[in-house]
Amino acid sequence: MRDANLFDEHIPRLRRYARALTNDRTQADDLVQECLARAWEKLSLWQRGSDLRAWLFTILHNLFVNDLRRRKNHPELLTLDDEALDAPRRATQEDGLGLRDLQAALNCLPVDQREVLLLVGLEEMRYDEVAKTLGIPIGTVMSRLSRARERLRAQLNSTGPTLRRVK
Amino acid sequence: MKNDAPVTEAELHAYVDGQLDATRNAAVEAYLAANPAEAERARAYARQNEQLHALFDSALDEPVPEALHVHPARRAASPMRYAALLVIAVVGGVFGWILRGETPLTISTSLPQQAALAHVVYAPEVLHPVEVGAQEEAHLVSWLSKRLGAPVNAPHLSDAGYELVGGRLLPGEAGPAAQFMYQDARGNRLTLYVRTTADGNRETAFRYAKEDKVGVFYWVDGTFGYALTGEIERPQLLRVAESVYRALNP
Repeated sequence: MRDANLFDEHIPRLRRYARALTNDRTQADDLVQECLARAWEKLSLWQRGSDLRAWLFTILHNLFVNDLRRRKNHPELLTLDDEALDAPRRATQEDGLGLRDLQAALNCLPVDQREVLLLVGLEEMRYDEVAKTLGIPIGTVMSRLSRARERLRAQLNSTGPTLRRVK
Repeated sequence: MKNDAPVTEAELHAYVDGQLDATRNAAVEAYLAANPAEAERARAYARQNEQLHALFDSALDEPVPEALHVHPARRAASPMRYAALLVIAVVGGVFGWILRGETPLTISTSLPQQAALAHVVYAPEVLHPVEVGAQEEAHLVSWLSKRLGAPVNAPHLSDAGYELVGGRLLPGEAGPAAQFMYQDARGNRLTLYVRTTADGNRETAFRYAKEDKVGVFYWVDGTFGYALTGEIERPQLLRVAESVYRALNP
């Protein structure tokens, strides 16, 4: 009845999303692992034939949000990981600066806006899929997306030149 | 939407993300051609998308670590499952212990707690989910009726998509209790826990309780207290609970 490789094709995308969301490789993979374990446990709740990707991303979203809440209540669990901030290897020096700015700006976004921006811009979900995945109305998706993008744009416009001058 | 309708904020984003139909796409393009500031904004958003990919797409090509090949076979021995069981047992025990001091004789483990505990123990069971299978339904019903001291029925829930697997006898609050197990086409299991009530012959509305991931609808109807338990969403469980009630009160 169960296909042991059912989730495999989605793992790379879950990892990419988790990494962008958490900005921490280890935490991201822990999150994906927990997500997959939970998904196997709850597989009977998944409606066969419905969108498996959206269902998996929903589980990951719930785990992430719960985890944040827990960390908020127990701040001692917060760790600072310098390595997590390493620049992507693929980026060239010139690109790297712009990308690093974006990454920093992304981390400053409120979580609900960051999630929508990443599901749309990186995961390339349709807006109605994002709404379903996060369990919010599509109007909320659009307003969060709009605020996220405008915020990033404002931040990149203001911090970009400053950073360059420092260098 | 018509071609000449004003361009909305949502459409500007849909244009950037390639989620707009051809007609409106043309309308947005015309709008951007006439509004350089807006065109710059759209370009900035598109650049954000590109940069997100440049930042994170490398994760797609990395080999997946062994730890992420979470295998379904581990599920049966999942520590979560035992943890859930332990939590229910401990909570039930603590409740019983606390309440014992105050009203020693009348209160013990509540109906939903007992039903949830019995569900978590037997529903995952592969080899021996029931003592008597559905193929011996008449025997099952007469045996359980005899042990519970009142006529019990195993309601038929085919309309709700669940078939009887069978049943078993369990220790209840003040005597024996019965558990009927049902299964749908995908193998999801529900259990109906039945026990005699202490003060008999009353009726209550459906009540809902949740023990960890296990949902319970329970009610008292005449001589029996019933609890329908399963790891499904509340509305679906309610639907089946209503079927149970109708089947028992034709």
